[in-house]
Amino acid sequence: MRSLLLLNKYFLRYKNKLALGILFIIVSNSAQVFVPLIIRDSIDSLKQVINYDMLIRNALLIFGAALVGGFFRFAIRQTIIVVSREIEFDLRQDFWTYIQKLPLRFFQNNSTGDLMAHATNDVSAVRMYVGPAVMYSIDTAIRFVIIMTIFISVSPMLTLYALLPLPLLSYFVYKLSKKIHERFTKIQEKFSDLTTKAQENFSGIRVIKSYVREQYEIDNFTTVSRDYLERNMDKIRIQAMFMPILFLITGISFIIVISVGGTMVINGALTIGDITAYTIYLGMLIWPMIAIGWVLNLMQQASASMKRLQKIMKEDLEITDSKETSYAINSVSGKIEFKNVSFKYKKNLPNVLSGLNFTIEKGQTVAIIGQTGVGKTSLINLIPRLYDTTEGQILIDGNDIKSVPLKVLRQNIGLVSQETFLFSDTLYNNILYGTQNGNKEIVEKVAKISRLDKDVEGFPKGYDTILGERGITLSGGQKQRSCLARALAIDPKILILDDSFSAVDTNTEEEILSNLKEFMKDRTSIIISHRISTVKDADKIYVLDNNVIAEEGTHEELVNKEGIYADLHYKQLLEEELKELN
Amino acid sequence: MSDHHDDEVLGKAYDSVLMKRLLGYVKPYRKHVVLAIILNLIVAGLPAVRPLLTQIAIDDYIANSDYDGLILIAGLLIGVLFFQAAMQYLLTYFTQLMGQKIIYDLRIKLFTHIQKLSLRYFDKTPIGRIVTRVTNDVESLNELFSSGIVMVFSDIFIIIWIFIFMFFMSWDLALVTLIVLPFLFYATFLFRRKVRDSYRNIRFHLARLNSYMQEHVTGMNIVQIFSKEKEEEAKFSEINDAHKDANVKGVFYYAVFFPTVEILSSAAFALIIWYGGGNVIQDTLTIGVLFAFIQYVEMFFRPIRDLSEKYNIMQTAMASSERIFKLLDNDTFVKNPENPDKLEKVNGQIEFKDVCFAYNPEEYVLKNLSFKINPGETVAIVGATGAGKTSIINILTRFYDIEKGSICIDGEDIRRIDKRDLRKYVSVVLQDVFLFSGTIKSNISLGSPNISEEDVIKAAQVVGADKFIQNLPNKYNEEVKEKGATLSVGQKQLISFARALAYNPQILILDEATSSVDTETEILIQNAIEKLLVGRTSIVIAHRLSTIQNADKILVMHKGELRESGTHQELLSQKGIYHKLYQLQYKEQEISRPA
Repeated sequence: MRSLLLLNKYFLRYKNKLALGILFIIVSNSAQVFVPLIIRDSIDSLKQVINYDMLIRNALLIFGAALVGGFFRFAIRQTIIVVSREIEFDLRQDFWTYIQKLPLRFFQNNSTGDLMAHATNDVSAVRMYVGPAVMYSIDTAIRFVIIMTIFISVSPMLTLYALLPLPLLSYFVYKLSKKIHERFTKIQEKFSDLTTKAQENFSGIRVIKSYVREQYEIDNFTTVSRDYLERNMDKIRIQAMFMPILFLITGISFIIVISVGGTMVINGALTIGDITAYTIYLGMLIWPMIAIGWVLNLMQQASASMKRLQKIMKEDLEITDSKETSYAINSVSGKIEFKNVSFKYKKNLPNVLSGLNFTIEKGQTVAIIGQTGVGKTSLINLIPRLYDTTEGQILIDGNDIKSVPLKVLRQNIGLVSQETFLFSDTLYNNILYGTQNGNKEIVEKVAKISRLDKDVEGFPKGYDTILGERGITLSGGQKQRSCLARALAIDPKILILDDSFSAVDTNTEEEILSNLKEFMKDRTSIIISHRISTVKDADKIYVLDNNVIAEEGTHEELVNKEGIYADLHYKQLLEEELKELN
Repeated sequence: MSDHHDDEVLGKAYDSVLMKRLLGYVKPYRKHVVLAIILNLIVAGLPAVRPLLTQIAIDDYIANSDYDGLILIAGLLIGVLFFQAAMQYLLTYFTQLMGQKIIYDLRIKLFTHIQKLSLRYFDKTPIGRIVTRVTNDVESLNELFSSGIVMVFSDIFIIIWIFIFMFFMSWDLALVTLIVLPFLFYATFLFRRKVRDSYRNIRFHLARLNSYMQEHVTGMNIVQIFSKEKEEEAKFSEINDAHKDANVKGVFYYAVFFPTVEILSSAAFALIIWYGGGNVIQDTLTIGVLFAFIQYVEMFFRPIRDLSEKYNIMQTAMASSERIFKLLDNDTFVKNPENPDKLEKVNGQIEFKDVCFAYNPEEYVLKNLSFKINPGETVAIVGATGAGKTSIINILTRFYDIEKGSICIDGEDIRRIDKRDLRKYVSVVLQDVFLFSGTIKSNISLGSPNISEEDVIKAAQVVGADKFIQNLPNKYNEEVKEKGATLSVGQKQLISFARALAYNPQILILDEATSSVDTETEILIQNAIEKLLVGRTSIVIAHRLSTIQNADKILVMHKGELRESGTHQELLSQKGIYHKLYQLQYKEQEISRPA
């Protein structure tokens, strides 16, 4: 429960509204508690005097008290519950702002679904504590105190008897909830078995169909479903006791009031009106007694959720501006040096890159080639600091990249990564995503370089076409070219293309590459590819193999070397030939 | 993502066509329903007895100082109470049991239906979505069957019983008290409508929030690369704020409704005091009746309030059932022949005649494919990616049906053969080995009663898997977890070979895995494949030079067509496509091949 203390800073933010809410609870309860008292007086007066005016006055009083009570009950929800929504907003906003700063590593270790669950379910669970749980516990406490005072003033003895069973109610609610919760956990286990079974079956459907095992699978699934049903019935057997026990205990309280109270009426110690008021008050107390058990539950859930949220909000930010940052650096011109750079994803994993040393001069075009998994992408991810090096140093214009303000660094690097991710927004907004004040001119210019212009002509809404689910689905090649356009739009000093043409056909690729030549004139470019055709014109080609640079040189030099590059070159020629064959 | 969207859509709360179909599933439990209704009548009626008994206690015994009578009534009240508790327990138990059984039936039916669907369906539908249909969607019907339908009855019964008792005690006071009722109904009606709109609005904003988060968590590296954190924070704040506002609006309706109900119930109290009190003064009514009425008023507000909450249950259930029925109505089956030809025995001759096949209309991946394989032969199929090799497997086992031409086994068109027979004679070993959770043994036998433990062990011995299995702590009963995460790639392959061998098919189709394994495992696998191909007709999509060299015939596929065929040496000397493929894919194996 300690984690709930972390919410205090949010509570403090709304302390005035909350204080008001508590005041409303007191006022509302005071007014509502008044109603049974008037009923009592009215009933008792019936046998003594004949007074119609008093009846009407009392009826109006009841209605008036209810109006006042009702109005403040409205006000309670409008303060406390609304505050809970405000806090939910703040908490979610804080969570989001924080995770936005977390490094790529974090997002690769945590599934999207998990993070979503945190931002929705956990935040909601905390809200249930902040809102309803707080409201009902304060309400219960206040109501209980007021009614107790009245009860005891009427008859301490009847109060004692009538309330005797009620602690039992809290006890049973607590015990039963606990049991139900235990059985519920078992149900969830079975439900997850059921899900796993279905998942497994649908993934392996080819094998099942091949070996004609459908019936066997159905039988297996039936067994799991049957188990699931049994576990559910286990819970129901306990859960079904909930209402009956509730009736029994409150009913017994009621019967005690009628019989013991009735005896006291006969003895003249009480009036019928007293008993009437007692029974109404009992009704008012029952729900709060049940609520105690419920509130405890909410608090436990909220505390667990808060813990989970806190765990993420304590994650190491890793890559941020720091003491080393020199804010005097406000531009990048494009020289990149790798000095003895080694990199691994986790402490106990092997190196992905080992002791790399090379320099890319400003304005140069450099290509990196190598098989899948040799660390090409890891290498280029180090430049915009999506990851930091494990050992060694990367310099940009002679400055350690860690001293370049992150924003300056990234705004000068146009990275087109392998996964083509576009937002479900217009193509126009997607292309201008990284710019501060982009315009149509820029869009058209970069679209032309990326050979996107012809495609856009075919879209009914042109650049205003919405992408993704609510709009049109682009082909793989179109997506890659849009990502390229997006990177070009920020007018980067350094352009990095990570296998950005894999879904683009060779002819279009050649066109784009020749368009890019002009654009890349004074910029530093790094091109990663599997295809020889993409890299052959680079000023320098690095062949990455076994975590190190195995070969380097120009296309001609490398072909003549008869090493890895030459072999790759030969095979790709063969592949081309095969493809051309009809 | 699209699933997410799909599941967000909320339809109406009541759809008579859907409801009729849903009730069809209740039919087998008619007896339960009758029992539930009877129990409901009792459970709804018993609480209404209590005010009547207290009225008697007050008017007849307390007023007359009759201690014994009071005790008697207290005893009666306790009796009623216990009886009510017992009935309530039974009611809950039986309705829940019924609900559970119905959704159990539905779930099995759905699962069985899915087993029959063609691979075309599985190709198009994300597995997560199918799983959701069988699990969560069916689950959300539980509430409808177990509490929804029955509890609606129960609420209505309670209200009716209370009315009966009130009118029985004093019809004029009942009429006066019930003046508040139209107001209550109107308030509930208004509230329900407002809450429904607000609920929709909340769902809309929640969906927006979710899709924003989903999208931006997925694309977080783009946000960071382009340094757009500040802007995105503002955008998120706007969406988060709209979500909050939608909820705050919802709070308003609740904040108005609940106090309104309380005020109305107090208004009923006021009416009882005014009119009933007047009657008591005139001696036409007793104080006990007044007391009883106050209790009735307290009782009938609850079910009316509850009725409005049943709405959400219905709405979710309708949406789920619509999705479930849509899946149940899906009939993309590969049709089984109505009067299949019996195949007693298969020799293993295979003939493709002018076979054309497309996954999508008019996009042929196999064009006029014709070839013949004699019984007992091993044929290797080679070709570049996209040449159509995998499609040959898919159509030979009738995972898909072909568009044109025919495929015959021993001269019999496979479309005339019972699918079960066909697949009994033709086994496929796929490239990605799929292991089920269970034991090594169950993964080899796949639970077939015709495969004994000895068969399993023998098959494992032949393919050379026995050795590593014997080294496992529980040998053949070793548990296989999470698709065989604890086993190596090579081990998994050997298990799938043993599986195929245990089923001992006349025709075997093997899609060789390309993944590289260490030399020792490679030798094991090569030996296993040799054993596997002996004594049956085999088609291998070959990635191993050794397999190709041992094949009786090699078919060279290119762009959906059969371009060359012959033995390894013959084809090499042709210097055609095969020659190129050989240099590209197989030549290296010659050098690095283990001796």
